[in-house]
Amino acid sequence: MTIGVLALQGDFAEHSVMLRRAGAEARLVRLPEQLEGLDGLIIPGGESTTIGKLATTFGLMEPLRRFAGQHAVWGTCAGAIFLSKDARRDQPLLGVMDITVERNAFGRQVDSFETELRLPMLESPERPFHAVFIRAPLIDRAGSGVDVLARLEDPEGKGGGRIVAARQGRLLATSFHPELTGDDRFHRYFLTLAGGRGGA
Amino acid sequence: MQKEVGTFALKAGLAEMLKGGVIMDVVTPEHARIAEQAGAVAVMALERVPADIRAAGGVARMSDPALILEIMESVTIPVMAKCRIGHFVEAQVLEALGVDYIDESEVLTPADEAHHIDKRPFRVPFVCGCRNLGEALRRVGEGAAMIRTKGEAGTGDVVEAVRHARAVLGDIRRLQTMPDEELMAFAKDIGAPYELVIQTRELGRLPVVNFAAGGIATPADAALMMQLGVDGVFVGSGIFKSGDPARRAKAIVEATTHYNDPKIVAEVSKGLGQAMVGIGVTQLAEGERLAVRGW
Repeated sequence: MTIGVLALQGDFAEHSVMLRRAGAEARLVRLPEQLEGLDGLIIPGGESTTIGKLATTFGLMEPLRRFAGQHAVWGTCAGAIFLSKDARRDQPLLGVMDITVERNAFGRQVDSFETELRLPMLESPERPFHAVFIRAPLIDRAGSGVDVLARLEDPEGKGGGRIVAARQGRLLATSFHPELTGDDRFHRYFLTLAGGRGGA
Repeated sequence: MQKEVGTFALKAGLAEMLKGGVIMDVVTPEHARIAEQAGAVAVMALERVPADIRAAGGVARMSDPALILEIMESVTIPVMAKCRIGHFVEAQVLEALGVDYIDESEVLTPADEAHHIDKRPFRVPFVCGCRNLGEALRRVGEGAAMIRTKGEAGTGDVVEAVRHARAVLGDIRRLQTMPDEELMAFAKDIGAPYELVIQTRELGRLPVVNFAAGGIATPADAALMMQLGVDGVFVGSGIFKSGDPARRAKAIVEATTHYNDPKIVAEVSKGLGQAMVGIGVTQLAEGERLAVRGW
């Protein structure tokens, strides 16, 4: 299986390493024709405004939307924002996932954090998943076709259970960065979506 | 929920998110918005760009906190700010303001000629300049979570940026072919922590993200640095000292992404107007060189 990694900007190299470790081929995508023949696509962490502007300039917006209609696509952090319908700001979005995100929801870099999540859909679900949140977005609203995969319990009481991972058919959004951990279970989960076995 | 903050993974992780991008010097909120619109991954908030610091002379210090806060409020991308080498109180102030990254920078007048800041206790990450592998690893040893080659800021002359990138990347290549018994002597020669030398050898790259800085003025300059093997670029005076900053900024962003595609670099380089006039580095007196500040 060959998975593309959108390489306009961000930590695409880390995703490529994790995909290879999980047993897939990885190919960098910077132009529309490079989507040809891929079984799925990852949109990495980075700056969502930068990725959106470059995608617009190089004619990737419509090809990416078409690709997302037919294949598995996973966005991490900036990638999740890019997949969303609404980021409450004027910036280019693919709008293929029926979610609303709040950018920089936790504050600035000094508020970035690491924590552990329980993710029942992964292999060995009893083992917590180490999640790295860097200037991370939150998913504020998930439409009726969207499954919530993980929430963050908040003891400081901003209303518990904020959404940090969601799936809509074969589209996947996470606020955190599985590519920065040594744990490839999330990438393996994505490969099951891309292979159609875990699909909608 | 157990939360860990201020870890090295989070500091280095933000730099990972900036890779393949352009960080631009800005001196007003208006500049910051132009930079964000052009696709910058972050901005460096300053009172003066390096070319003007050079022209003004005198002591260059941390910028006015009021200006930094105004710039932080005007954009959604990360905001960096500079403190003087060794001036850990300026760094504490910048951390208190909530900037996303601190550049302990040779562009400002050093506050300490012998010691850089111990960056480990800070919750905010630091980027530091280097001219060679030893200097890079000393900074990482002090807790820097990102490195940039120094180049020669405020000149618009890319020659020093190239020299420093080749020095760092060349030493890493040499390190990888070195027999084990030579590693300790190599660490001693370059004045770098041994453990970091070993780690760099194993990774085949610096243990943190490595950008280029100091003299990048055109899309082709940015693509040149990327092809040499850096992870991204800082552009200081090169944008807002040029004829059409918005267009040039966008073109440099596009050339940084498509650095391996000369047709795209050619296309985006068309009709950008006057580049910054610049100063040849060879015309600088020894005392005017910023890169020699720090050790």
